[in-house]
Amino acid sequence: MITNAILILLLPLAAFVVQISFGKRLPRKGDWLSTGAMFIALFMALSILVDAISTYESNKVLAAQTWEWFSFGSVHVTFGIVIDNLTAFMLFVVTLISALVHLYSIGYMHGDPRYSRYFAYLGLFSFSMLGLVLVDNFLGIYVFWELVGLSSYLLIGFWFEKDSASNAGKKAFITNRIGDVGMFAAIMILFSTFGTFDFDGVFAGVAAGGLSDGWLTAAGILLFFGAIGKSAQFPLHVWLPDAMEGPTPVSALIHAATMVAAGVYMVGRTFVLYSADALFFIAVIGTITAFMAATIAIVQKDIKRVLAYSTISQLGYMMVGLGTGGYTAGLMHLTTHAMFKALLFLGSGSVIHAVHSQEMDDMGGLRKKMPITFWTFLIATLALSGVPPLSGFFSKDAILASALEYGMRHSGQMWIFVIMLLSAGITAFYMFRLVYMTFFGEPADKKKYDHAHESPLTMTLPLMILAVFSIGTFSWGWFEHLISKPSLAAYGAVAAVAEHGGGHDDVAHTAHTIAMISSIVVALSGILLATTVYYWKKISAETWGSRLKPLYNLLWNKYYFDELYAATIISGTLWKSRFLAMFDLRVIDGVVNGVGRLTAGLSNVSGKVDLRVVDGLVNLVGRIVAYAGARLRTLQTGNVQSYLLMALFAVIILFVIQQF
Amino acid sequence: MDNVLSWITFLPVVGILAILFVPKDNKNTVRIIAAVFTGLQLVLAVWIYRNFDSSTSAIQFSEQYKWIPSFNIDYFMGIDGLSVPMVLLTAFLSFICIFASWGIEKSVKGYFAMFLLLDAGMMGVFCSLDFFLFYIFWEVMLLPMYFLIGIWGSPSRTEEDGMVRGGPYAAIKFFLYTLFGSIFMLIAMLVFYFNVSDPVTGGHTFNMLHLMDQANHGGVLKDFDVRLLIYAALFLGFAIKVPVFPFHTWLPDAHVEAPTAVSVILAGVLLKMGTYGMLRISFPMLPDAMKWKYFAYGLAILGMINILYGALCAMAQKDLKKLVAYSSISHMGIVLLGMSGLTSLGMNGAVMQMFNHGTGTAMLFLLVGVIYDRAHHRQIDGFGGLAVRMPIFAAMMSLAFFAGLGLPGLSSFISEAFSFLGAFGSETFDLRLITVVSTIGIIITAGYFLWTFQRMFLGELNPKYAELPEINGRELFTLVPIGILVIVLGVYPAPLLDLIKTSLNELVEVVKAAEAPTMLGLH
Repeated sequence: MITNAILILLLPLAAFVVQISFGKRLPRKGDWLSTGAMFIALFMALSILVDAISTYESNKVLAAQTWEWFSFGSVHVTFGIVIDNLTAFMLFVVTLISALVHLYSIGYMHGDPRYSRYFAYLGLFSFSMLGLVLVDNFLGIYVFWELVGLSSYLLIGFWFEKDSASNAGKKAFITNRIGDVGMFAAIMILFSTFGTFDFDGVFAGVAAGGLSDGWLTAAGILLFFGAIGKSAQFPLHVWLPDAMEGPTPVSALIHAATMVAAGVYMVGRTFVLYSADALFFIAVIGTITAFMAATIAIVQKDIKRVLAYSTISQLGYMMVGLGTGGYTAGLMHLTTHAMFKALLFLGSGSVIHAVHSQEMDDMGGLRKKMPITFWTFLIATLALSGVPPLSGFFSKDAILASALEYGMRHSGQMWIFVIMLLSAGITAFYMFRLVYMTFFGEPADKKKYDHAHESPLTMTLPLMILAVFSIGTFSWGWFEHLISKPSLAAYGAVAAVAEHGGGHDDVAHTAHTIAMISSIVVALSGILLATTVYYWKKISAETWGSRLKPLYNLLWNKYYFDELYAATIISGTLWKSRFLAMFDLRVIDGVVNGVGRLTAGLSNVSGKVDLRVVDGLVNLVGRIVAYAGARLRTLQTGNVQSYLLMALFAVIILFVIQQF
Repeated sequence: MDNVLSWITFLPVVGILAILFVPKDNKNTVRIIAAVFTGLQLVLAVWIYRNFDSSTSAIQFSEQYKWIPSFNIDYFMGIDGLSVPMVLLTAFLSFICIFASWGIEKSVKGYFAMFLLLDAGMMGVFCSLDFFLFYIFWEVMLLPMYFLIGIWGSPSRTEEDGMVRGGPYAAIKFFLYTLFGSIFMLIAMLVFYFNVSDPVTGGHTFNMLHLMDQANHGGVLKDFDVRLLIYAALFLGFAIKVPVFPFHTWLPDAHVEAPTAVSVILAGVLLKMGTYGMLRISFPMLPDAMKWKYFAYGLAILGMINILYGALCAMAQKDLKKLVAYSSISHMGIVLLGMSGLTSLGMNGAVMQMFNHGTGTAMLFLLVGVIYDRAHHRQIDGFGGLAVRMPIFAAMMSLAFFAGLGLPGLSSFISEAFSFLGAFGSETFDLRLITVVSTIGIIITAGYFLWTFQRMFLGELNPKYAELPEINGRELFTLVPIGILVIVLGVYPAPLLDLIKTSLNELVEVVKAAEAPTMLGLH
């Protein structure tokens, strides 16, 4: 199994290396090579998943192996692979969607001048993402975490001639880095305490009480910062909508199904680490994110942006699931969401491919022209809206139940459930709004409509496969059995903290029943409202939009986050950098040059002093001598009589002096 | 091989002699001679790498001869795990820089002679174990560097504010600034000389191994206040070289005005002499002074300032070469921070960072040279969309940029990460806080590198550069080996780490064992 896992990891890497080196020269620019590699990886992942399911043991570690990477003498840094049930599911999800996206891209990216480069980047991404789910330690997860960020950067900015695309790539990378710094700080805390990066080693250390509550909570929250960035949680969610500048299959793979879910996966993987306070923090952030993004999605007109905000919102759901103790619920939503959201994005790509526009105002009535796209899209929409018995219903219901249970056990925390329930209604509403605006009604743009056609089989086949998975392959019971909530007790904690109960007591049961009924009710209400507004057109969206103008503007402008950040953090940093550069040039270097000038000035003065005073004195002496000489020269007449006369005078003077 | 260190140090000098006999017009002969001698030097470096025993922290390949017996000055060469990576780096970059200098046409003989002299000086600094000899080599480097920047750098020009900048200005600034620092080093050296006694003869000594042994310290060196002063004097000498804020302003000038190959050497090798000096001289000779609270935290705080200040200054630069220069200040801050924690991880991380910054920044300066040779300017905003026209150049640049911003899989990630981890692991809360604040630098670094990349390479192609030729074979020959090293050491850093860790772990133990007595009422 380890060999399989390594092959799964290396196949896309090999595809990347081949494509980036000489993909252009391969027949068909090598698309078959990348796609083939991914499908082989998919079958290997499938075999691992089958193993996991047929073993049918909770949180079973199927295989693990560790190699030494490098060593500092006493500290050994290892690289290791661990395959448990969670990994098995993640491997399957990632390879499935990656393989389907590869296949889909053959049609979608046809004729692009950098076709082989595109497949190379997809390979790099798949490698990084698979590494992220396979690796068994914090340093490794950080490495792959950054590498998925790199491939995301490369793919968002794939059409880099467009400024909007290159801006979006840069924004994604830097925003993610902000979260990553928090994550790195958490790793520093954990590593400096336990001396190891291994998940098991760290968890064992935590179980043994190696970290005080304060540090543990700090580590948990800081670690979650990484997830805030990668999983586009409030307040770092701003990069994800812009990331839609990338090719649509990329949005499906990276910015809907897999990479953005890495944050959720990471929290799930390190779940036992989080203290109750840290979990509460996660739940709060998730709640804010889910609601905020859902409301923004109501008013957006770009089909991909609606889906992007929907993704943010659903990631918030997963976080709420984890934060309220619904470990299985959060991770199940990760897998179900991956299927139907990838389907939605690929479906929207099919639509965009047909009408050459992302604006829903340009669409309408497309269901007749694109039946496969329409029906698969509708299935995914129903799943996302939480309509039973589709997959999304089970997972979302489980999250709501978890939130409700949390509210019932913690006084004053019922608001999380209420907001999440409300957001579920909004989700159904905006999704059906999207469906009606795109596929129903009259074509908004006749020319575009006439031009539209169903996509080729390479694009519709992935839609159909994903539709099957969206309908419901994962039923709750056995998923919960396979991936059940881990506890510190497994790592040797003396007293397992039974914070949220075992799950099957009365409170849990009541919560589940209430959540199920209410979630069906709100989903159907949301759909009904959307139908009234956008299908029957009994209520005018325009009228209500203008009536609630301030609210509409607020949502249309996405709560002004971008403007806020531009005005504070971005311009603040730029201002600081310009100020410091000026300070450096004028003040620090100014002092250096000042010292230089001062020295030069002093030397100038001393030079002058030397010239005028010291040398002046020397010259003065010389001049005096010369002057005296000139004067005394006149005495030298050569006349013997006058010499004798002077001698006589001298004798007289000496004589006189002697008398005194 | 006997006397390998003398060979590796003085091979370039032999090269100079050979060059002097070549007629002035045979420019290519001169270039080839320089390439051959630095190539032989590189071969020796590889030999040293293969024969170096990394399992011991002892001095290896040592050579000791009486030089000036009346003053007990020896010709004493030897290397350990701290010097080996620097020797390798020097040989490697010197060889590459010969090819980066191929296009120099102005008095070729003089240029390559100066370059080889510089090479010899650098190698000597990293190999010498006699303080006096070390000082001689340290000063020997100044002279060729002065001429290389002054004569082959950019010509003098008057800037808007009336400042005269350019090669000659930068050369003088570099020369005087470094000389200023070395005076303090000279004072410290003489204090050591007169207060440390040779355990065998009892006389004065410059032997570094004797100077490191605290048992030999006597006279005023028994006085902790004096030790602090000496440490400060040494620190000043080394800090200017690193350069540590606020002694760094010679660097942007020197780096920007120097010809490409000299910038590579400046940033790739010369800056490391500052931190090398601290690790070779300050730390082991005055471990207690280093551990004095204000010096230990001071080092970490200066590291933090370098990281953040350098990164923010880099972000504001319009000239690409200046941006790279400021990024060096930022990256050298990580070395200081890593050293300050006095942990095995931090110390090893710091020395790895010295090496990895050497290779990474060399790539950056070489790439700046490539674009400058074509466009004849370096204004970041003056380009745009170059990735369309020069995809290979863009790929090399992105490799260098991502190495600079510490992307995992590229060499500087490991060294940066472990410098931070090491400083954080020192378990004093203040140092942890300083480390966490410093990590903000990695966001800013990502910001300025990506922003620069976007402005130069992405977007629509600037029509002015529609005919710009792609990077050529000679340029790729200088870049690809470094690029391979950056990737290989990023994926598998063990070869570098294994080389240094025994010596550095030993150094950490020595410094850790020292106690800083309470003095000056400041504790």
